[in-house]
Amino acid sequence: MKLVDQFASGLDAPICLTWELTYACNLSCVHCLSSSGRRDPRELSTAECEAVIDELERMQVFYVNIGGGEPTVRPDFWHLVDYATAHHVGVKFSTNGVKITPEIATRLAASDYVDVQISLDGATAEVNDAVRGPGSYRTALQAMTNLAEAGFAGFKISVVVTRQNTGQLDEFKAIADRFGAQLRLTRLRPSGRGADVWDELHPTAAQQRALYDWLLVHGEQVLTGDSFFHLAAYGEALPGLNLCGAGRVVCLIDPVGDVYACPFAIHENFLAGNVRSPGGFTTVWRGSELFAELRRPQTGGACTSCSAFDSCRGGCMAAKFFTGLPLDGPDPECVKGHGEALLSTVDSKPRPSLDHSHRRSRRSGPVPVTIGMRRPDRACDESPLAGLGR
Amino acid sequence: MSTEDSRPFDLDAAWGLTAQVSVRPERFGALLYHFGTRKLSFLKSPVLREVLTGLAESPTARVACERAGVPDAELPAYRTALATLAASDMIRERTP
Repeated sequence: MKLVDQFASGLDAPICLTWELTYACNLSCVHCLSSSGRRDPRELSTAECEAVIDELERMQVFYVNIGGGEPTVRPDFWHLVDYATAHHVGVKFSTNGVKITPEIATRLAASDYVDVQISLDGATAEVNDAVRGPGSYRTALQAMTNLAEAGFAGFKISVVVTRQNTGQLDEFKAIADRFGAQLRLTRLRPSGRGADVWDELHPTAAQQRALYDWLLVHGEQVLTGDSFFHLAAYGEALPGLNLCGAGRVVCLIDPVGDVYACPFAIHENFLAGNVRSPGGFTTVWRGSELFAELRRPQTGGACTSCSAFDSCRGGCMAAKFFTGLPLDGPDPECVKGHGEALLSTVDSKPRPSLDHSHRRSRRSGPVPVTIGMRRPDRACDESPLAGLGR
Repeated sequence: MSTEDSRPFDLDAAWGLTAQVSVRPERFGALLYHFGTRKLSFLKSPVLREVLTGLAESPTARVACERAGVPDAELPAYRTALATLAASDMIRERTP
């Protein structure tokens, strides 16, 4: 059996686990995967988080990717990082940089078992702040300066590739090089608030091609979290497993302990269980019906007859789901154009099950010019008379 | 283990797992994670896993291979695999 097939049929423990510690966030990024903003009152307590870490240690999960929300706003965040590393679970956490002071940077630089990932969605303040909010570029760059000055080599700069920043890949690389950091590029997903801005922000077909060409040249020095495997259909595979790992080698634990198949699929359809139930995370990972289903051989549906199916395997499950496409059909960004053709026939899309957005977020204010108009949140938000005047 | 290394690997030296490396047994072999370089590697054979975990108690890598039951004919392949692991700092030469 090939290694990739071993992974497709699932492992006894995830290789890569994302754990969102809180839905609380000081920012309101327009494309937030988890629709974060407000803390959920049912959030796991410190003791419950420690119990999850104990389990991860027993399962030999090497490291967790901690995110949110903004995980560092949890008062027990640094304690949990120390607890995890003391229990042989490495931590890589994603942050907008708000709490990365020179003191914290020095502390982080001293540990082999902690990695930091600063989110940046524009190589210039103009492009970044239109998506992540006013001042967020400055905050991120300050955090990078603090890390670099503390001697933290090789921290990550994490960029969600959008229509506005695809042209800035060289500039992002230059920023990473300047700080002795490593660039990480990931795919925009129509998940959470990302669904609202997908049409305006997702890269065009020409931009996808440019991104693919860029990754072929720089791929070995740039991390992608395996998120562009749908681009393998252009021909050559990109570095990585080139496999949708949802429920097979990856999963998500959300702030209230719910376990989802992947970080981009926070929806009841992809909910496998909760770490608070008897047997904890281990039982969810090994016993969930949903995960068992995902680990069975998948049918390619409409894609089976496509010459590129072996390379792209139908693309990203979450991207299909939240754009209203069938899970056994093409990815909305299918490089052969099959997704786009099918999208024109979609008349309803699933809404995210959860929304922790700030009640008075930037979304209710003026829409930044560079983002364009947002689609109404629900069909009924549009005037029922719109379009009838013609 | 995607990179090939041309440096010779000394089968008759004493080797051991790097302290920052963790090994997780799997049906297909094992997963290896290096906390320092944050690199993940896959061992595609349970026998290679046996070789690796036996390195520390064996006077030489060759003995570790013998103890894990590696046939002589396959020794060159295992040597190449060990060289790759050494190149990515998963294993280190130690003083016996």
